[in-house]
Parts: sequence; C-alpha cells; structure tokens
Amino acid sequence: MTEITDDIEAVVEDTDLPRRLKDEVYETVEARDGVTAEQVESITQAVESQYLDTRIDPLDPVGTVSAQSIGEPGTQMTMNTFHYAGVAEIDVTQGLPRLIELVDARKTPDTPMMTVHLDGEYAEDREKAHEVVWQIEATRILALGDISTNVADMLVRIDLNEETLEERWPTVESLPEVAGEIADTIDSKLGVETVQPEPTVIEFGPDQPSYRELLQLVEELREVVFKGIDEISRVVIRKEELEDGEEFVLYTEGSSFGDVLDIEGVDASRTTCNNIHEINRNLGIEAAREAIIEETMNTLEEQGLDDVNIRHLMLVADIMTNNGEIESIGRHGISGNKDSVLARAAFEVTVNHLLDAAIHGEVDALDGVTENVIVGKPIKLGTGDVDLRMGAKQTGGKSADD
Amino acid sequence: MEGHAPKEIGSLSFGLMDPEEYRDMSATKVITADTYDDDGFPIDMGLMDPRLGVIDPGLECKTCGKHSGSCNGHFGHIELAAPVIHVGFAKLIRRLLRGTCRECSRLCLTEDEQAEFRDRLDRTRQLGEDLNDVTKAAIRLARKKDRCPHCGEKQFDINHEKPTTYYEVQQVLSSEYPERIAAAMEGRDPDAEDGEEDTDREPIGPNELSEETGIDLERINQILSGEFRPKKDDRKALEKALSVDLTEEDMNKLMPSDIRDWFEDIPDDDMETLGISSEKSRPEWMILTVLPVPPVTARPSITLDNGQRSEDDLTHKLVDIIRINQRFMENREAGAPQLIIEDLWELLQYHVTTFMDNEISGTPPARHRSGRPLKTLSQRLKGKEGRFRGSLSGKRVNFSARTVISPDPTLSLNEVGVPDRVASEMTQTMNVNDRNIEDARRYVANGPEAHPGANYVKRPDGRRLKVTEKNCEELAEKVEVGWEVARHLIDGDIVIFNRQPSLHRMSIMAHEVVVMPYKTFRLNTVVCPPYNADFDGDEMNMHALQNEEARAEARVLMRVQEQILSPRFGENIIGAIQDHISGTYLLTHENPQFNETQALDLLRATSIDELPEADGTDEEGKEYWTGRTVFSELLPEGLSLEFTSSAGDTVKIEEGELVSGTIDEDAVGAFGGEVVDTICKVYGNTRARVFVNEVATLAMRAIMHFGFSIGIDDESIEREAEEQIAEAIDNAYERVQKLIDTYRSGELESLPGRTVDETLEMKIMQTLGKARDSAGDIADDHFGDDNPAVVMAQSGARGSMLNLTQMAGCVGQQAVRGERINRGYEDRTLSHFQRNDLSADAHGFVENSYRNGLTPREFFFHAMGGREGLVDTAVRTSKSGYLQRRLINALSELEAQYDGTVRDTSDTIVQFEFGEDGTSPVRVSSDEKFDIDVESIADRIVEEEFDTEQAREEFLGLQEPTTNLSEHGESWRTASGTEVESDD
Repeated sequence: MTEITDDIEAVVEDTDLPRRLKDEVYETVEARDGVTAEQVESITQAVESQYLDTRIDPLDPVGTVSAQSIGEPGTQMTMNTFHYAGVAEIDVTQGLPRLIELVDARKTPDTPMMTVHLDGEYAEDREKAHEVVWQIEATRILALGDISTNVADMLVRIDLNEETLEERWPTVESLPEVAGEIADTIDSKLGVETVQPEPTVIEFGPDQPSYRELLQLVEELREVVFKGIDEISRVVIRKEELEDGEEFVLYTEGSSFGDVLDIEGVDASRTTCNNIHEINRNLGIEAAREAIIEETMNTLEEQGLDDVNIRHLMLVADIMTNNGEIESIGRHGISGNKDSVLARAAFEVTVNHLLDAAIHGEVDALDGVTENVIVGKPIKLGTGDVDLRMGAKQTGGKSADD
Repeated sequence: MEGHAPKEIGSLSFGLMDPEEYRDMSATKVITADTYDDDGFPIDMGLMDPRLGVIDPGLECKTCGKHSGSCNGHFGHIELAAPVIHVGFAKLIRRLLRGTCRECSRLCLTEDEQAEFRDRLDRTRQLGEDLNDVTKAAIRLARKKDRCPHCGEKQFDINHEKPTTYYEVQQVLSSEYPERIAAAMEGRDPDAEDGEEDTDREPIGPNELSEETGIDLERINQILSGEFRPKKDDRKALEKALSVDLTEEDMNKLMPSDIRDWFEDIPDDDMETLGISSEKSRPEWMILTVLPVPPVTARPSITLDNGQRSEDDLTHKLVDIIRINQRFMENREAGAPQLIIEDLWELLQYHVTTFMDNEISGTPPARHRSGRPLKTLSQRLKGKEGRFRGSLSGKRVNFSARTVISPDPTLSLNEVGVPDRVASEMTQTMNVNDRNIEDARRYVANGPEAHPGANYVKRPDGRRLKVTEKNCEELAEKVEVGWEVARHLIDGDIVIFNRQPSLHRMSIMAHEVVVMPYKTFRLNTVVCPPYNADFDGDEMNMHALQNEEARAEARVLMRVQEQILSPRFGENIIGAIQDHISGTYLLTHENPQFNETQALDLLRATSIDELPEADGTDEEGKEYWTGRTVFSELLPEGLSLEFTSSAGDTVKIEEGELVSGTIDEDAVGAFGGEVVDTICKVYGNTRARVFVNEVATLAMRAIMHFGFSIGIDDESIEREAEEQIAEAIDNAYERVQKLIDTYRSGELESLPGRTVDETLEMKIMQTLGKARDSAGDIADDHFGDDNPAVVMAQSGARGSMLNLTQMAGCVGQQAVRGERINRGYEDRTLSHFQRNDLSADAHGFVENSYRNGLTPREFFFHAMGGREGLVDTAVRTSKSGYLQRRLINALSELEAQYDGTVRDTSDTIVQFEFGEDGTSPVRVSSDEKFDIDVESIADRIVEEEFDTEQAREEFLGLQEPTTNLSEHGESWRTASGTEVESDD
C-alpha cells in the first residue's frame, strides 16, 4: 500500500489526463507497495505520453481523412441491392444508393420506413400491439369489405366484413357504430349521401345518374383512408429478443414520424425512422445528426464495412447539421454555400458562380483549400498551417532551403 | 524564374468592367477581320496584331517588348456598332426590367420596403446564405406594383424571349374595337369565328348601352363607326357592360440600347437593395458596347504540317463578330432600312452571345466548318477538362515519371526500385559545400548519361549550364562551393509514389529510391494493399521532391512505414498477403520440425543470424526447431497476445514466443493482422516495418521449402462424392418440383406481405441455395487439410470455401437483380424450355461445377449473371467517384486545431472535440475499446526494465523515437553511392 501524498497528487493533477485515467493511476499506485514519488512521476509521465499519443494531432486535416475513409469503401459497395434489412418483409434501399441518398439529404428516402418500439404492456401483448398497428397502418376500403357496383340502380355497395371490423376497431363495442363511422367518412370525403340498408352494408351513388361518375366514385373510394396514417401502407409486427425477455416491435413501410410518436403505446424514446428530415422536424437537429450517423453506420455495416471508424461518420453528420438545419453534401448544400467564389466555381456550375460573383461584387479572401490550389499558394492545413521556421545557420554558401 | 519576384495573390475581387476600362487596358482597337497577310505576318489592328502579344518564337511583343513565353499577352477591344446584351446576365436583366420603373428607373419599392430588404440582405450575408433568395423576393414585390411609388408611372409587364430579347407588354385598345362592340351588342361572341350565334348573350341596343355605361348615345355611335377611340374609363365601362375584352397585348420590343439607357438611371442605393454592388458592377455594364478581345496567347493558332495555319475557335468567333460589326456600321451609314438594321443587330447579338457561351438552349450553336460546335469562353471554363477543374485545380508537374510496376520481394516496403533511365532524368538539387564537393564533382564528371551523374549545374551568379558528355570533365573541375548541382536520383533519396485512383491518403506515399536496371518500377508486394495495386500491367507515378522542406515532410509523414495504420479503421493496412499467408500458415499450422540447415535457411533473409535453443532432438539425436520457434524469432521481445486465428484456433504469444496457434491472415495479414497491428502500436512504426519485411521473407522461404501449387486435379473429388452431390441436387430438384406443384394447385401459402409468386420464387431460391451448400459440404469433406485450395481458404490467403464449392461441387443459382433468371423469350428464358417452366434448370440453376464444365445452357445463364456483375462495377465506380469528390469538397477545409476543436478555414467550429473524444482514428481501432494499460506501465517503471536510458526516455515520452531515419542509415552516403548494403 502506498499512500497518496499531496506531492503525488500534485504531480498527477498537473497532467492533461482525463479524470478516468488519473483515478486509475491513483488506484494502481495505491495497490502497490513502496512506490516512490519519483516513480509515480515517471508512471504519470508514461501514461500521459501514451495518452497524448492517442490524441488527434493538432492541424490534422481530419476532414479530408474522414471524407476518404467514407468514400474509399464506396467502391466496394454493391449497387441496386434491395436487401432485406432485418425484416424479410420490408424492402429497404441499401448499399451505395442509400449512402448517396443520405449525404444528398433527400427530402424523402427512396424507401421510407420506421421502426416503432412499444411501451409497457403494448410491447408484451400481441393483442395490444395489434391495437397500435391498426392505428398506424392506413386502412383502405378493400381491407374492410367487398365493393360491388350496381349499374342498374347507379349504386355502389360495400359489404363490410364483420371480422375485420372487429379486428381493426377493437375498442368500439358495436358493429353498427363502426359501420356508421365508416359511412360518415365516406360522406365527408366523397361528398355523397350514404344509406345503410343493413348494419354492415353501405350504399351510395352519384347525385345524377352517370356511369362515368359512378366508376369515378369507386376509384376515389379506394383511396379513402378510414383509419391509420395515410403514408403508411404496411406494418409488420415482429417479436424481438431483449436482454430480459421479448418484445414486439413494429416495422412500417412508409413513414410519418410525427404522427406515430403521438399514438398511445408507442415508445417515443426508441422509435426511429429513416427519414432524417422527419427526425429533424420532430426531434430537432441533434437527433437528426444522431440519425445520420446511425443510418450511415447501418448502411456500411450491411455491406460488411463495419470497420469504418464512427468518428468519420460523426464529422460528416456534424458538417451536415452545423447550421442548425440539414445541408446536403454537394452543390445544393455545403459546397454550394462556401464563401469562396473560386471554390464554388471549381466544384460545379462554374460559369454561373463567376457571373453571380461579379454582380454581387464578391471578394475572395483565399482562405480555403481549393482557392489556394488555384492561385498557387500554400494551403493553410496540416504542415502548411505552421508558421514556425527553423533558423538555418549560414555555414558559408546558402541556407539549406533553396 | 529569373528576376521574377514570386507574386502572391492576397485576394481576388469580382465585378463587371466599365467599357471605359476596356478601352483603357486595350493595347489596340481591332477593326479588321483578317489575321495574317500573304507573307504570313500579322495584320495591324487585326485579330493577331502583334500588340496583343506574341506566340511565334523569335518575334517581339510590340506592347511590352518581351518574347513569346514571357509575354502574357494584352487585351484589345472591338467597338461594337450597337450595344448587345451579355447572355450570362439575361435573367438578371429581366429581373431588373421587371423590378424598376420604366420612367424614373427607380426600384419600385417604397423606402420602408427597401430598408427592410437591405436589412434582410445584411442578415443573409452575415449568415453566409444565398443572397438570391432575398433579391428575388424583392423583385417579386416590386413587380406587383402597378405604379411606380416614386414617380407614379404605370408599369408594364416584361416578356423575355430567350435568350436575349425583351418585350414590354402593354394593354392597348384593340384595333378591332368597333367590330367587337358591334358583335357584342348583337349578341354574338366577338371571339367566335363567323359570328356564330351564342349563348347567354342578349342583344343590347345603343340606347340601353348608353344608359348602362353613362356614355352619350352620339359618342357610342361614333365609337361604333370607328371615328372615336374610347378613353380608358369609357373602355372599362363598355367592357363591363358588354362583358367583352376590348384590349390586345402590344409587344413593344426593347432594344439593348433602350435597356442600357434605362439601367443607367438606376440609383446606386436601389442597386444595393438588390444585392448588386453599385461600385463594382453598374447594371448598364451588363449591356456591352465594347467587346474585349482576348490576347493572342489565349487563342494561339497552330501551324499544321502542310504549313497552313489553323486558328483557335475564339479567333473564328471574333472574326464573325468583326465582320458583322463592320457590315452593321456600313449599312447604318448608308441609311439602310430599319428592318435590315434590326436583322444585323440580331446577328451581332447572336455572335456575341455564342462568343460567351455556345451551349445556350434554344440557340443553335455556332459551328466550325467541319460541323463541330465551337468551344467558346464558357466551354473553356466548364467541366472536368475545363480551366477550373482541369488546369487550375489539377496542375501538371515536372520531375515526375510513370511506368509499369512489378514486384520485388527483396526490397524493403519503404523502398521503390527506380529504373536507371528514370533516375538519370529526374534530379535533386545539391547545394555544393565543403563536405559534398567531392561527390558533386564526381557526379558532374560522370555526365548526364552515366548513372550517378548530373544534368545541370548552376553557378552562384545564377547561370544554369547543361552538363553534356562533352563538357562534363571540364565542368566538374569548375564546380566550387556555392554552386548547385542537379544530380541524378541515387539510392536513399526520397520520392513520392502514387497509384490512381487516389482514394485515400495511402495512395500517395514516400519511398526511398533504389536504382535498378530495366524499365519498371519495383515495389515490395506488401505495399500492394494500400495502393490497391497488382502487377497485371498497372502503372504508377513517381515524383522527385525539389526542396529540403518537402523532402523532410515526405520522410517524416509520408513514408510507407508511417502509413502502416489506416485512419479508416485504425488497424494496419500493410501486412502479409497471399503467398506470405500461405507460407506462415504452412510454417505454423502443424508446427513442423526443421533441422539446423533448414531452420537457418528459413531465416537467412532476415536479420536473425543465430538460432535459439533447439526445441528437442529427433530419433537420430539431431536437434530440431519447430516452425513456431522459427517464427517467434521475428517477434519483438516481451510481446504477449492472445486471439483467434482465421483458421479457428487460439493463437497465444507469450513474451515474444509463439506458444500455440496458427499464424495466418488474422495474425499478420494486411487489413488488421493482429500481430502487425500490435507491434505497430506498441513498438512503433520502425519495428513494425522490420517485422513485416521479415515475415514476408520468412514466409517466402517457408513456402519455397514446402512447395505450393494448385492445379485442376486439386479440385477433383472421388466418384462417390460426385454421386452424393448428384443425389443432393436431385433431392433439391424434387423439392422444387413439389413447391411448384403446390403452387400450381393453389395451395401455396404466401408469406406475409408477399404475393404467392414471390413466395414461390423465394422458396425455390432458398431450396437451391441449400442444395449448393450441401454440395459444397460434401466436396469439403473429401478434401484433406493439405489441399492447397483449402489451405488458401482457411488461412485467408486467397479465395473462400465458396469458391472451392463452385469449383468442385456445384456452381449454383445464377441471379440477375437478385432474382432467378426470368428474362428472355415470351414466358421462358430460352427456346430450349417449355413455356412457363418454373423448374430450376430453366431459370439459371447451374448444377455442374466449374471443374466438370457447364452445359451450353448453364454457360449462357452464367454469362448473364456475370454481365450483371460487370455492369454493376462500371456503374458503381462512377457513382462512388462522384460521392467521394463531393465528400472531399465538403470536408476538405476541416482541420483539428491546437485547442482540440475541429474548424474550417474560416474558423467556424464544426466539432468541439474530434469524434466527441478527441481520439485519433489512426491509433484506435474502431471495433475494440481502446484503453491505456496503467498496470503494465507501472510494472515497467517500478521494475526498471529498460535496456538503456534512451529506451526509458522514449517510454516516458521525453524523447521521440527517431522514425525518420533512412532505412539504410547513413550507409549509402558513406559508401559514396558505389555500393548499397541491403538489409535483407
């Protein structure tokens, strides 16, 4: 046992080590016998030296390194694979197209989807989970019953299927009530008068007898959403293993993040969606940043490129969200909003940038990388950012630097 | 560059140019369309006027007196007969026309509105956002104004006919107004042809009309007879009463001169509201009255083989402009009719437009005689090969070489073999001093042809002399201290080596030169992974560094050994590959025994020259050493590790001794070989370099010792196994048939969310996939562990078990777009099959193995699958290349700062700490939790286990280990370049 004296503490506390390592040094020293103050100093020094070794070097061009680290594996990824990510029933864009979609910050992904986690008993009970499903999945008329058109009487007739009604409206007691609700929806959405000759039969027709209008009504009827969220065409329920037990998780085709979060039984803290803009709108920019990291990492993992250091993805996510809103990587986003005219002109749409610069009377201060390559000045990055110069002694003749 | 002080550009300012400025900077006015006279001399005031600069060697520039090469050229100018519009600003001109008053030219916004927009503009400027959003909003608001808020003048709409014609649209009384009123009064539709009877209109008599509109009856009659044009109020009243439109649109063409006059009066303050810099860019300058003529040097003419001159595209375009300009002036002076003048004006506009941009939509591009569209100003700047991306961002350099690469396992990974003819072309500058004067003289004496020679010398007075075979002896004696000698590359020089595509920083690394005979660059095979190189004809580039600063940077930061760890995943990217791995696998897997000669032979190319204690004695009493003991010799003392190898066993290294386990890809391979990775991180780059070099040589010796080959016989299996495979496949066929039968009978239950057809396809794919796997398993069982293909697959050297399955067992299902092959003829893939045949072989299942050979049908399906792969690769490379370019462009300005933050070059903080913890991705692998082992550090310190004081200081971080030493130390220098000692 070595006692931690004030001297030792002074030595350890004087370093740049994080709290965790300082404590570890104390513990190690305490656990040993007869460690001298000098030895403690040496230990601390060695730990610090190793710690500093793992730090990022000042003036390191981390941006370029990160960009390369994400771009390089791009060549190894597959194109056009609709992989079945986790859930066999839902197609999700994967591979390079998905990665491009993410850095483009597209308003809607090619295949929007959500992973909806459930709360408490909803997560454990299949019946309860289904209640949530019916609130999410868009229910259209075809799922509820059969439609037939009666041309003679100019009527559309819907025979509702009692079983599905019971299934989809588990909370409503009586069937006629549900049927009435459906009829009301049709009334308001299509602007027609409905009649219910039987409790589960709804009939309606156009105001004036017209064959065309009748068919059009049927077409419109198919699109009417009676329950659930318009955008979500399908929900898949899956039982997933947890560390302690199992739970039901919902996977949706189509996404409407904000609406889903409000539904009772949904665990808003774990539910996600693959549209970063929706996450930004509902949870804010920090969550969007997290989502970008998560989504890019998943895309890479799916392709067996999970060894890419997550720090690179963080940097990309950070630059995309640096403004407080999601900016894409490319001419409509970060590259197009650069301060330097030359940098913008050298990227894309060269001529327009030059003409606009002339009109606005812009001045290029030549701070960035591309500009300085163009005008042939040293780049202020890495070793080019150091102004120190070694004093070369003149030993007759010229200095070492020609 | 003699006498030229290097100019440094501080900042660049953009703006429009005043026509006066064009005239001021012009060296001459250009008036003749001709270029050269009959004798081949440039014509004065022509497009090739010698005052515009010189391109022919020998001639002197009449403006600056310099010769071609040093004269950059001078602008001239053309006085345009009439103003023309600059196409690039066509949209802005339209906006200005719409937003400003046609009378007083002021922006049609009240002072308050202007102030608001100026505020918004300031704010967007500060935020660095797009100004156009604000200025567009301002114009939109101004355009809504019916009347100018300043002078009250009525505003008209502006029509823009692309690219450069503008009309003012005015509502005027239709010329047919009497007829239209009459028609309406009679109850006809004035718009209908032949005055058909119409609709809801009721005839109305003149009296009623007079009452309704409050116009005198007499006046109405006058109007009806066309004697009187109704005033505006009357017109409105008539229109209302008769519900008829009496106006028509009058398109009043705005000539560029009108627009110029209009813009001249726009006050500066109003311009600022629109984000236009009033000082640098007056809007009237967007309408050209003077056209600058680019210097001759920007449009050099080329002399063809037959002595004919071929002019540059720009010159052609300028010729056109001058011709039309002349004709215009002549016609105008001759008083030609307005119509002709307007035509010529339009023609002039066309030529000036295409001079700026020849890819305007809706305008036919100006073409060369041969029909090729001309490459004018815009086209020169645009695109990948344009000025910006092609010439300014990507520069051509001297002191570079490119040739085919080939392998040389005797080189260290830090080295590159440079052909002697490359070495004697690329030079390094020697500053001659007392210590190297001997060397310098010898190099000069050798002349430019013999290898360590010199190509140029530079005297202290700045004169550069070429060293030739003739003068070399003589020149060598003259070389004194203070001279500079451009000597050839010699062993130990540092050069930069690169293979495209340069996808990551390890694509460009610094190597030490080893001069060699023959014509290829030689490199050690272990550096293939970072360059992604192979030797099937790949070429690589080399750059010789030209100043000491660059050489030092290259040596310290860019040398191959400094790049062993990849920043992408924080593990080594350099390590053993292919046969090296087979070699170490053979050496350690079954731990064979070697006698003294064999053991020494294995280690002969390494730095180990003494064998350790023998592992034991064989039956004959001779000492033997095991493979693991031999391998252990290369490990640093004190290294302890435990991990699972790719062969599946546990590798245990204790105190620098390989106790058990197989050394294969997971141990020493590139891309995260555990041992290489640990050595690099714990013992430093130099130790790792030594280790990788020695593992490679040991592995080569080992594989040569055992012998290793693979041929077609190595994939053959016994008949019995063949039968088992055939049976497995037959079973699968049966199961597929059953699936098809259930499907046909409609009994197949679909998976949730899938149609029945999709379900069937998925199930068939699954069944056939399983069949292939079981065929593979059967084949595997019949291969011994010594089968070379198995050795390679297990050790991770090359290939996989799947490859082996396909060679020996069954190739399996061919897929296009992730599905069985379904395309081809109607309802079938090939005409060899029945229509709607759903069976396995009709949809691309290849039941044969590569060794047995494919049937023609199978071959065809296989080719279909293979083609998809090729197309996929081609598409992928272009897509991912663009992605990479965008990423780099967006992130290139980010840099870690001394305070640990990540900022861009304008000092905007992007991250407060890189990767949230400031840890370098190079040092820390992404998949393991990195931690500093305080315990073992304490052990070492307390027990004082240091060989030297230096080792202690390095451990404490008081002293940096020297990593930038040349691989051969000073050996090449002391040996005076005559002989190089190799370390291996």
